[in-house]
Amino acid sequence: MRITCPICGDRDLREFHYRGAAKLMHRPAPDAGDEAFYDYVHIRENPPGLNRELWFHELGCRAWLVAERDVTSHEFKSVELAAEAKRGAK
Amino acid sequence: MRYSALGVFWHGLTGNKGWKPVWRNPDPKPHYDVVIIGGGGHGLSTAYYLAERYGIRNVAVLEKGYLGSGSIGRNTTIVRANYMLEGNSQFYSHSLKLWENLEAELNYNVMHSQRGQVMLGHSDGQMDMLARRGNMMRMQGDDAVLWGREDVRKHLPYIDHENARFPVYGGLMHWRGGTARHDAVAWGYARGADMRGVDLIQNCEVTGIRVEGGVVRGVDTTRGHIGAGKVALTAAGRSSQVAAMAGLRLPIESHVLQAFVTEGLKPVIPHVVSFGMGHFYISQSDKGGLVFGGDLDMYNSYAQRGNLPMVEHVAEAGMALMPMIGKAKMLRSWGGVMDMSMDGSPIIDKTDIAGLFLNCGWCYGGFKAVPGSGDAFAHLIASGNHHPAADKFLLSRFRTGHVIDETGNGATPNLH
Ligand SMILES: Cc1cc2nc3c(=O)[nH]c(=O)nc-3n(C[C@H](O)[C@H](O)[C@H](O)COP(=O)(O)OP(=O)(O)OC[C@H]3O[C@@H](n4cnc5c(N)ncnc54)[C@H](O)[C@@H]3O)c2cc1C
Ligand SMILES: [Zn+2]
Repeated sequence: MRITCPICGDRDLREFHYRGAAKLMHRPAPDAGDEAFYDYVHIRENPPGLNRELWFHELGCRAWLVAERDVTSHEFKSVELAAEAKRGAK
Repeated sequence: MRYSALGVFWHGLTGNKGWKPVWRNPDPKPHYDVVIIGGGGHGLSTAYYLAERYGIRNVAVLEKGYLGSGSIGRNTTIVRANYMLEGNSQFYSHSLKLWENLEAELNYNVMHSQRGQVMLGHSDGQMDMLARRGNMMRMQGDDAVLWGREDVRKHLPYIDHENARFPVYGGLMHWRGGTARHDAVAWGYARGADMRGVDLIQNCEVTGIRVEGGVVRGVDTTRGHIGAGKVALTAAGRSSQVAAMAGLRLPIESHVLQAFVTEGLKPVIPHVVSFGMGHFYISQSDKGGLVFGGDLDMYNSYAQRGNLPMVEHVAEAGMALMPMIGKAKMLRSWGGVMDMSMDGSPIIDKTDIAGLFLNCGWCYGGFKAVPGSGDAFAHLIASGNHHPAADKFLLSRFRTGHVIDETGNGATPNLH
């Protein structure tokens, strides 16, 4: 697997650290209640196809990235900066 | 057919022409008392114990590929009971006791070999940790011996004791740990279940779970609709996908774990050995191949194959511990999909849907759990009550905070 970092370009998998589902960027408000935190901390959609996920370009520009990847073929469909993804989602 | 030494001898004399297929290949019936989704280790052992211990024989195991095509036939076959936490500790202890009588019970040679499993320590801190684990294993009633440097030298003369970065300080030996032939475990349970009337239905993928008014009614499959009084889910790496068919969302991520085997060699590694300073564990199969593995690839995957960085890491760790294996030729590598739970421990539970039962979250430790899990799950399905050895594996623990987090890593499934 290689990942195309929006800043550094096409790089080896070994430069990246995987964090998990992109939903981790959207922490519920402190008063959102137990159910919201249970869902945020523990529940994962875990789809067999396209997964939205967080990668950290640890040995590169050290930017957090949001990628869309097919977890059955390992093919990346898109990679963007997490900061921009978050701005876009708002 | 009952297997015996005399039978093997007789078949040998008659050209081995008299062996028959070990299980039937039936078409699905319109309705079963219990339908089990997934013909891996857990599904097959659950079916066996339902029929054998609870007299529930109108049972089908539905498998989308062939029996044993999932992780049951892909693992590195290590069987041990060296867990620390309440919940895990009594469960794996129970499972190991079932292993110790499994061949007699199934009349099937699963090649269970209690050759001893040793975890190595490479610092004072790690030796303290191993001592603590050993004490907890002994408090559970299982065995553990703390080895010093000299013990390791005596039993494992072939490793690099003086590695400049990771010198060996000692180890924790669990003599009742060992290995078993993984396929044979699937086949032995499959045969035992089939002999007791269970229908093992292959090439039958479940595509939907029918629920009416909060009660499970059956499943839709690529071979038509099958009605069921109860439905039991044992799809391991595909648990999230199958549970979603009933609207359930699980605390699970699927990840790929790779394993490796070399060409057959003369006996050289008599135990199961795990390195303490990198992800590497190894044993030698009865055919002579060195079977070894390491850590997850770390990213979500349903691919049953991994990437090269982990191959490199495992090879490096292996070379750091035992340079002697450097010239062995690697024959094959492969991957399997793991149902990694958010606390690293499994789930054996009922659900909010009446008649729907859940068995998942086995992470990379589900092979040794096959007997215990089948026994406990059958108990739950048959009686509605949790088996005493598995009564902490509740789905609700993630909601209430009673997680069983053996490694203390929190809700990061790839680190457990
Ligand atoms: C490389 C590797 C090394 C491992 N090493 C060890 C080890 O040393 N010790 C240990 O204890 N554990 C180990 N494990 C873990 C262990 O193998 C698994 O936890 C265990 O096998 C999972 O349970 P199972 O056998 O029931 O799964 P599986 O064999 O995967 O069974 C699940 C079955 O469900 C079927 N299925 C899925 N979806 C559907 C559907 N919709 N309809 C019908 N059928 C379906 C699949 O085809 C599959 O056959 C290892 C795993 C791997 C991959
Ligand atoms: Zn970068």
